[in-house]
Amino acid sequence: MIRRFGLILLLLGFATSAQAAFDIEQLMAELTQHKGGRARFVEKRHIALLDKPVQSSGEMLYNPPDRLEKRTLLPKAETMVLDKDQLSLERDKRKLSINLSSRPEAIAFVDSIRSTLSGNRRTLERNYTLNLQGESKQWVLTLVPIEPAISALLQRITINGSKSQVRYIEYLQVDGDRSEITIEPIDNQ
Amino acid sequence: MKSLKLRIFLLWLLCMLAGSVVVWNSRFSADMSFFLPSKPSAEQRALVGQLQDGTVSRLLMLSIEGADAAQRASVSRELRQRLANNPAYVSVQNGEAGGLEGERDVLLRYRYQLSPSVSPDRFTEAGLRAAVANTIDLLSSPAGLMFKPYLARDPTGELLEVIAQFNPGAQPETRAGVWASRNGERAMLLAQTRAQGSDTDGQAAVIADLQQVFAQVLSAQHRSGMTLQISGPGKFAVQARETIQAEVSRLFFVSMAGIVGVLLWVYRSPRLLALGLLPMLSGALAGVAVVSLVHGTVFGITVGFGSALIGEAVDYAIYFFVQSGRMGLDNWRRVFWPTVRLGVLTSALGFGALLFSGFPGLSQLGLYALSGVVTAALVTRFVLPTLAGAQFCVPAPRPWVHRVLTGLVHAHRLRALVGLLALLAGGYLWQQRASLWDANLSALSTVSQAEAAADSRMRADLAAPDARYLVTIGAADQESALQAAERAGAQLDRLVEQGVIGGYDSPARFLPSTLLQTRRLVSLPVADVLQTRLRAALIDSPLGADKLAPFVADVQAARSAGVMRRADLNGSALALVVDSMLMPVHSGGWTVMMPLRPAANAPDADIPPEKLRTALAGSGALFVDLKAEFDALYSGYMDQAVRLSLAGFLAIVVLLALTLRSRARLLRVLLALVLTVLGVIALLHLAGVRLHLLHLVGMLLIVAVGSNYALFFDRAAGGEPLDAATLLSIAVATLTTAIGFGALALSSVPVLQAIGVTVGPGAVLALLLSAVLVYPAGGRCPQK
Repeated sequence: MIRRFGLILLLLGFATSAQAAFDIEQLMAELTQHKGGRARFVEKRHIALLDKPVQSSGEMLYNPPDRLEKRTLLPKAETMVLDKDQLSLERDKRKLSINLSSRPEAIAFVDSIRSTLSGNRRTLERNYTLNLQGESKQWVLTLVPIEPAISALLQRITINGSKSQVRYIEYLQVDGDRSEITIEPIDNQ
Repeated sequence: MKSLKLRIFLLWLLCMLAGSVVVWNSRFSADMSFFLPSKPSAEQRALVGQLQDGTVSRLLMLSIEGADAAQRASVSRELRQRLANNPAYVSVQNGEAGGLEGERDVLLRYRYQLSPSVSPDRFTEAGLRAAVANTIDLLSSPAGLMFKPYLARDPTGELLEVIAQFNPGAQPETRAGVWASRNGERAMLLAQTRAQGSDTDGQAAVIADLQQVFAQVLSAQHRSGMTLQISGPGKFAVQARETIQAEVSRLFFVSMAGIVGVLLWVYRSPRLLALGLLPMLSGALAGVAVVSLVHGTVFGITVGFGSALIGEAVDYAIYFFVQSGRMGLDNWRRVFWPTVRLGVLTSALGFGALLFSGFPGLSQLGLYALSGVVTAALVTRFVLPTLAGAQFCVPAPRPWVHRVLTGLVHAHRLRALVGLLALLAGGYLWQQRASLWDANLSALSTVSQAEAAADSRMRADLAAPDARYLVTIGAADQESALQAAERAGAQLDRLVEQGVIGGYDSPARFLPSTLLQTRRLVSLPVADVLQTRLRAALIDSPLGADKLAPFVADVQAARSAGVMRRADLNGSALALVVDSMLMPVHSGGWTVMMPLRPAANAPDADIPPEKLRTALAGSGALFVDLKAEFDALYSGYMDQAVRLSLAGFLAIVVLLALTLRSRARLLRVLLALVLTVLGVIALLHLAGVRLHLLHLVGMLLIVAVGSNYALFFDRAAGGEPLDAATLLSIAVATLTTAIGFGALALSSVPVLQAIGVTVGPGAVLALLLSAVLVYPAGGRCPQK
């Protein structure tokens, strides 16, 4: 059911793609314009072993081009900061700091968002094949991993957005488990 | 008569043979124990233990430089691969095996023995509900992805509880999949050797192997332009030994060449030269033999000191040949031997003072020099005449000696100038008194500044521990050691919560005591009970109890597996982790070493010692700050060296007072010696030398050795006019001593170098100042 929902979104992407020749170069250029800021997010994880999805929510802060902070408030406070090569996690007063390049899962799940937000095509193309559908005000970018360490975990990442604003991210894992993040910018300018 | 001489000679030969046997069987060492306290306190034992056998002492850091990141990474991978199966290495890491993956299996298998959360409460209905809910929350976190594969086996999240105890802290940078330096320009590896840090042979073999394998990898991959740099305690130990070994022979050669040259010039006879070297060689041999018999091990530095000793020990033969050649053996024994004997005694007192030092290297140097000097004097007095017979003829002093002797009559006129210079030197030193001394034990280390800088750079690149703070525990057996570590851990947990310390490591985290493991295992319910409770607990949970059969099976497996033993960790890096913190002691019993990490915001990464000591009071656990221990150790050596030097000086003063029986003569001799010390310190300071412990010892030796020359000038004050032959013998003896100690000044071993630069010039200055201050005006005593 939920999987199909993702598929519909994907199809919507296809439907709108026919209209104009909107290419990756243009999207990246637009994304580079993003000034950063705050956004609310809701993340749903669909895990085969669980009867219903797990939901979490909180805020994301983005300072282009290097710093992305994901502050989960519910169900349990947790902070994740990605700054340059360093990924830090804090939960239950426990802190964990890891170097990005030694962790394929970190590259897969965290760096992909940051690289998309910052319009860093070179970083993205190092690890993924990119495919873009839609037009500037409604686009869908699909990332299919080429790096073996990432493709062992992840089938595909789908990112929806409008202009320079990312709205929705879906991670489809190899085992079929899935994670969807919807993003709502908080107008703070 | 002749048979007596023969008997003396045979006795000497026998002693020399016995000495050679002892020396042949001696154990020589060039390790850190030269500097480590002979009677350590409990804290110092921890320091010594860490330096000799601690984990940190077995770490070698490798850095590959040159070519590009991808090529360095490829060499790093192959190097690790080739070294991984070599039993000489406990582990070789380069960042390839990402963190704990290798150890995850062991942790997963024993999670119910290891998890601090396992308690009877956790396996009640309510406990299970809370634990599973928490794990599901975790699945929504980025970290949760790492644990998702274990959800059905471990729904209470024990693996996370176990892993959360690890604190990997900072991680090295990574380039092309392997560790790299912070600037990314070097690939980095970390090797832990099986050989202990104190096993210099083992470390040397490992370092040679590393270099060889690196060369093999380069040629296998057809690469060039890459270099391997190795650093770490083992490397420094090997290097120190190589330095000392190379220097012992070099210094001996320099010193010997100088002395032989001088003696040939004076004696003009190879036979006399050979005879003259005999007492000195006997002394050097006896020194090593006595040290070996008393201490068991002879330090390389002690043997290196031999080159100075021979310069001093050859003096007695010079006095004998030059002085007795003129007046005959019996006269020499009557007239000069008392003066020579007094000189031997003052030297012996100076060296003897060092015997009482708690600094083993120093007490060994003292013993070596003492036995060497006494043996040389005895051989000169009793054996040399037998061997030399009546037939020897030293060339008469050349005219210049007579001219100098005539000139000496006027030496007293320089007293005002000497007084002025002494005042200047004294004033200068007083003004500079704050910057005279170097209060750091590292001043004695053979490690150069560049090497130390490279070492700390590599350490920072690898985020390798420097293990400054420790908690140590002694216990009778492994089980009580682990229980004590758990009790100390409970105290330390409180300090972590208060933010006093950042964290700590404990062997009990990876190998809990049998008591604690048993307590955890009895909390685990049998399968039926667990199943019933799970069904009740998870009735509304997104995770259905029916999916958790692997969990129930694992809990039963843990129950039947029972307590985990140290051997169960074999094959994983955890075995090493435990062994590095929990080790049997040679003398029986076990020791626990728990490294502490300072709080993240602590200034200078310090840990407040008084808070730690209060928290651990009464628990039997001891807090140790290795840096503070090092500093205390050095200042202890220093205080003791000051006391011993003063005691040695005082003993010499008493001896001279008793022998000279004249206050004026005593004061003049002492004045000459004290001004010599003052002059040498002033010169060293002017040359930019910061004084340390061994310079201080050198000052004592100036007094002990320099007094010999002053005493000959003093004979004139005692009514025995100085003649040309005696003057020549003093001058030559001073020269050989200056050559012997001067050779040490060329050494790159700071201990030897400091003694050399102090005593070498000191001997010459003592001679000159004695001529001015001790030699009476007009060359004879005024009242006689």
